[in-house]
Amino acid sequence: MKLSILVLEGPYNHEASDSAYNFIQAALAKGHTIRGIFFYDDGVYNATKLMDPPQDDRHIAKRWSELGATGVDMIVCVAAAKRRGITNEVLVPNVRISGLGQLASMIDECDRFVTFGD
Amino acid sequence: MAATGKKVMVTVRKAPHGSIYVQESIEVMFIFATYDMDLSVVFIDDGVLALQPGQDTKGLGIKGFMASLGALVDWEVTKVYVDRRSLKERNIAEDAVIAIGKDEDTDAPIRPQVLDSAEIAAMMAAQHSIVSF
Repeated sequence: MKLSILVLEGPYNHEASDSAYNFIQAALAKGHTIRGIFFYDDGVYNATKLMDPPQDDRHIAKRWSELGATGVDMIVCVAAAKRRGITNEVLVPNVRISGLGQLASMIDECDRFVTFGD
Repeated sequence: MAATGKKVMVTVRKAPHGSIYVQESIEVMFIFATYDMDLSVVFIDDGVLALQPGQDTKGLGIKGFMASLGALVDWEVTKVYVDRRSLKERNIAEDAVIAIGKDEDTDAPIRPQVLDSAEIAAMMAAQHSIVSF
């Protein structure tokens, strides 16, 4: 099945981001494909390379970037990013900035759509 | 570009102003309305509080979104519903919710349609996707 994912919460503060990631890993392991991941609201903080967590903790942005390197379409909402100072310069590789129209496309082109938020 | 007229529902479940969820859900409604999808919106749980009239966010120092909600119909977000039980639990009269637009001919206010939970559940079951805020 082709899945699209919406992430509404930032890293470390809320479990939504981890749940989304773990859900995606489980789905991939079952043979499903990910059409796209859209980061909205505080979710845009997931993709900043400025984060530098302790070494014994997971590196959330790196994790997303590695997923993007496998070809998964990863998009940060431009309006939500602008509010929070997230620009192309601070994004991890394999994630790009675009608009809500991309979310519409992700929904249109998936079999199942899952939201991870508060 | 999404162009297949799929049924997509936006649910608004959070109380207004305490988080950005309601405001950003309205942004999604406005954008999605410009795409060829069969868009519907449901206010449910604490989300119904967003439909109370007379909200003023000046004191909070935030822009607020009441004007946007009042213009949903102008933006062609016309299938807008509110959960009867959620209103009742919060002691909000069904005819006290804000208008989301005006009828073009009669100028009469258009309000979200109040539905029973079972009707909303049936609508949800018929969706291609639900975007949950």
